[in-house]
Amino acid sequence: MSNIHVTTSVNGDPVEFLCGSQDTLLDVLRDRLGMTGTKEGCGTGDCGACSVTVNGRLICSCLMLGAEAEGSEIGTIEGMADGDALHPLQRKFIEHAALQCGICTPGILVASKSLLESNPEPTEEETRYWLAGNLCRCTGYDKIIRAVMDAAHEMREAS
Amino acid sequence: MVQVKIWGSLAVATDDQTLLEVEASTLRELLDGLADRYPAIEPHLKRGVSVAIDGRIYNDNWFQPIFPDSEVVLLSRLRGG
Amino acid sequence: MALDNNPALDTHEFRLVGTRPNRPDGIDKVTGRARYGADISAPGMLTGMVLRSRHAHARIKSIDISAAEAIPGVHAVITRKDFTHVPEDGDIADILDNCMAGEKALYDGHAVAAVAASSSATAQEALKAIIVDYEVLPNVTDVDTAIREGAPILHAGRSDGTVPEGASRNIMSRVEFGHGDVEAGLAKADRVVERSFKTEATHQGYIEPHACLAQMGQDGQADLWCCTQGHYMVRNTCAALLGMDQGQLRVTASEIGGGFGGKTTVFLEPLALVLSRKSSRPVKMVMSRAEVLRATGPTASSSMDVRIGMTKDGRITGAHAELRYQGGAYPGSPVQLGAMAGFAPYDLENVKTVGWDIVTNRPKQAAYRAPGAPMAAFGVESVIDELARGFGLDPIEVRLKNAAREGTRSSYGPTYPAIGLEATLQAAKDHPHWSAPLGKNQGRGVACGFWFNFGGDTCVSLNITPDGTATVTEGNPDIGGSRAAMSMMAAEELGIPYEKVRTVITDTGSLGQNEVTDGSRVTFAVGLATIKAARAAKKEMCKRVAKIWGIDEDAVEWREGAVHPAGPNAGLHPPMTLAEIAAVASNTGGPIAGHHEVTAEGAGVSFATHMVDSEVDADTGAVKIVRYTVFQDAGKAVHPDYVEGQLQGGAVQGIGWALNEEYIYGEDGILQNPGFLDYRVPVASDLPMIDTVILEIPNPGHPYGVRGVGETSIVPPLAAVANSVSAAANVRLTDIPMSPPKVLAKIRETV
Repeated sequence: MSNIHVTTSVNGDPVEFLCGSQDTLLDVLRDRLGMTGTKEGCGTGDCGACSVTVNGRLICSCLMLGAEAEGSEIGTIEGMADGDALHPLQRKFIEHAALQCGICTPGILVASKSLLESNPEPTEEETRYWLAGNLCRCTGYDKIIRAVMDAAHEMREAS
Repeated sequence: MVQVKIWGSLAVATDDQTLLEVEASTLRELLDGLADRYPAIEPHLKRGVSVAIDGRIYNDNWFQPIFPDSEVVLLSRLRGG
Repeated sequence: MALDNNPALDTHEFRLVGTRPNRPDGIDKVTGRARYGADISAPGMLTGMVLRSRHAHARIKSIDISAAEAIPGVHAVITRKDFTHVPEDGDIADILDNCMAGEKALYDGHAVAAVAASSSATAQEALKAIIVDYEVLPNVTDVDTAIREGAPILHAGRSDGTVPEGASRNIMSRVEFGHGDVEAGLAKADRVVERSFKTEATHQGYIEPHACLAQMGQDGQADLWCCTQGHYMVRNTCAALLGMDQGQLRVTASEIGGGFGGKTTVFLEPLALVLSRKSSRPVKMVMSRAEVLRATGPTASSSMDVRIGMTKDGRITGAHAELRYQGGAYPGSPVQLGAMAGFAPYDLENVKTVGWDIVTNRPKQAAYRAPGAPMAAFGVESVIDELARGFGLDPIEVRLKNAAREGTRSSYGPTYPAIGLEATLQAAKDHPHWSAPLGKNQGRGVACGFWFNFGGDTCVSLNITPDGTATVTEGNPDIGGSRAAMSMMAAEELGIPYEKVRTVITDTGSLGQNEVTDGSRVTFAVGLATIKAARAAKKEMCKRVAKIWGIDEDAVEWREGAVHPAGPNAGLHPPMTLAEIAAVASNTGGPIAGHHEVTAEGAGVSFATHMVDSEVDADTGAVKIVRYTVFQDAGKAVHPDYVEGQLQGGAVQGIGWALNEEYIYGEDGILQNPGFLDYRVPVASDLPMIDTVILEIPNPGHPYGVRGVGETSIVPPLAAVANSVSAAANVRLTDIPMSPPKVLAKIRETV
């Protein structure tokens, strides 16, 4: 079993890695690149904890092979803040206490950012359906939905 | 003398008596007194018990005072999640 | 100086307690920097994996590991034979047998061997090369079937003295609580309703699978990193399993991605330690989601008979419940707690609850948020609801009429001190939700719930830094924002800004024994120890200042973050702030610290009332929750955001239990839904906002009046949802989860 050489970019940084033919993108991010901000909750695409974007599209990184990432642009939670400046979603999640244990938070933030990019003014129902693929077991989602809607509001005001 | 109510499965160790009298002014004296009079209760005590004294649950403090008119209820050890 | 250690209730206006500052670990957790169980690695580490039984019940005749050991890259293969220490304690022996099967595999997923290899691919190959010779035995997974004559028997001779002779050998123990004469009470009732109920097993469903990294040297010293609700428990349990000294094993708790009781025991940790000992390499193990569902500790499934008599004006005259809980393959289902909690909200003259602890071929249950109580409350609250509706009475009025209050002798024995049940019912009655109009096919349900709350061993060390800030060192994993609460309480006491306190969860080498983060104990017990540690530091600072001023210790007092002269003879010294005292600490006797070690007692019981509107689709049986309000007594809400979060999270876990979640076993005893696709926890689009009303009836056992809040919120939802669905569909639902096929069948059966 020889490894596959892949050239890609992660959060804007050029990255090269070797991966096995069966390694998922999630395995590559966590185990080869040491980017453990992306979490594994199920490995079957059901929980959304491993949400990342590939060429701007929201995916579960446990359902994509690392080898398929050749030439693509990958976005993860580690790239969400701009240096010291948190993304409004990150700030609002802290302010609204939208996390308890925090394990689902990176995936939910990545998914929420993707929502606001395609729909800057989501209704509560649209937000709930967009995030239906991201499980949170602690919060009952109430404060998460409020944080996303509040961040959307602030981003609209600012733009 | 302190009156002790025995609840739950502990009564099998006290000849089915649910109301016992023990000379005790602390939790430790209470537990020792019970073990002396009802040797069958000792394994239960060793595994851990909870004692409600005047409505408040105590687990471990030997020196917790007990007054003669205190309401004392012996329970199996309570554990949470 | 009001710095004594009496937990006299502090009723003054708080400066910080009750406000909503940002949590100190917030930035780490929104940027992906926080490190959870699977996020750490060590140089030279191996990957550990577990071989699990695919039989629900089988005798292990032999295990041949030679082919696996011969694979290049495989560094250790272990079976039960590698656990050479035989624990004396029965509970520890059960934990060992659950972590690694001995004579028999007792459930689908039971560990039978484990490997450590240089890569996960090699480890997987090694698992396939292990040959286990099983003698497959008949299995039983249903609680009622398990106690029928002729059912497969899991263990012989393990029933304790409480089990009547001739009863099934799958019954491990019987418990009984109550007082009065139930039959005489029922005879006075205008109506007696008797119903049978069933609930399926559910999993805590934490999103983070179990993970650990172990390193054990030839000298017997070991280090372990893991996600757990209690690393001191992990240390003590692993030491007992392996025959080690507790002091030789240092355990560090990672950030924890949810637990809800499921991480209050060990699964992988002892295996990783033994693999590391055998391979002389660090070993990392991470469970898959399927392993989490098959082989960790879901809660019990139950079968119950509830009988309650009521007069036509709504007074309960007699109440009886018989609870049968299966807790998996070993003794210890939470039936006792269920039997104590079911009737606890009510003031009853005649009440009796009998509980049966039953074993089946399922994984050994672990605690799940108020263990045992939600099922019992489901049965009790459903029958009360049916009686109230039958008499045309208001279900909140009926509960108020029978509500336990200060002085009530509880159904489990003790007499209550001041409690908050009536306050939650009154708040529910006065809330706009109660009088809001319902839509078509909608129904409204209410239910009450009770939980004990716990204290236990707790250590806190508080250090004043030379620049006048403070660090709080404690030993309880922060599962939902508790570091914020500790920093708030320390800052409140010290009179310094919240941002000037940092709370750190330390490893087992740095503090004395700490009870697990369980029983809703942390804000209560660790909070209490934090306050007392801060008071000890303040006392020391008063002493130092008295020395500086050359006056008596009694002639100074602590006020608003500074030491002031007090009394007529103290002199006119300008007050010294904490920072000023800290700056000269080396000149006045040395570093300043306060610490407190205690077995916290006096946790206050808590009560909740939940109100829910649901809508039933009569064509499909699907249920939609349209409105939900939680009313709960928190004693004192230190950080209200995180109290609300506990109430909302508990309610939603209860909604999942009520409507969707269940363990589904086939005839073969194999779990059929070990994944989040088929084991369906609530998702965002299933739910409305969850409204909360926090009541504050102070707990006299805590300096600020805090009660635990984490668990009570999962007790009422099963019943509240069932009562609302029953009202919406005009049928009585008695079988949980109320999945669409079951609801539809019930509707069709009554039409």
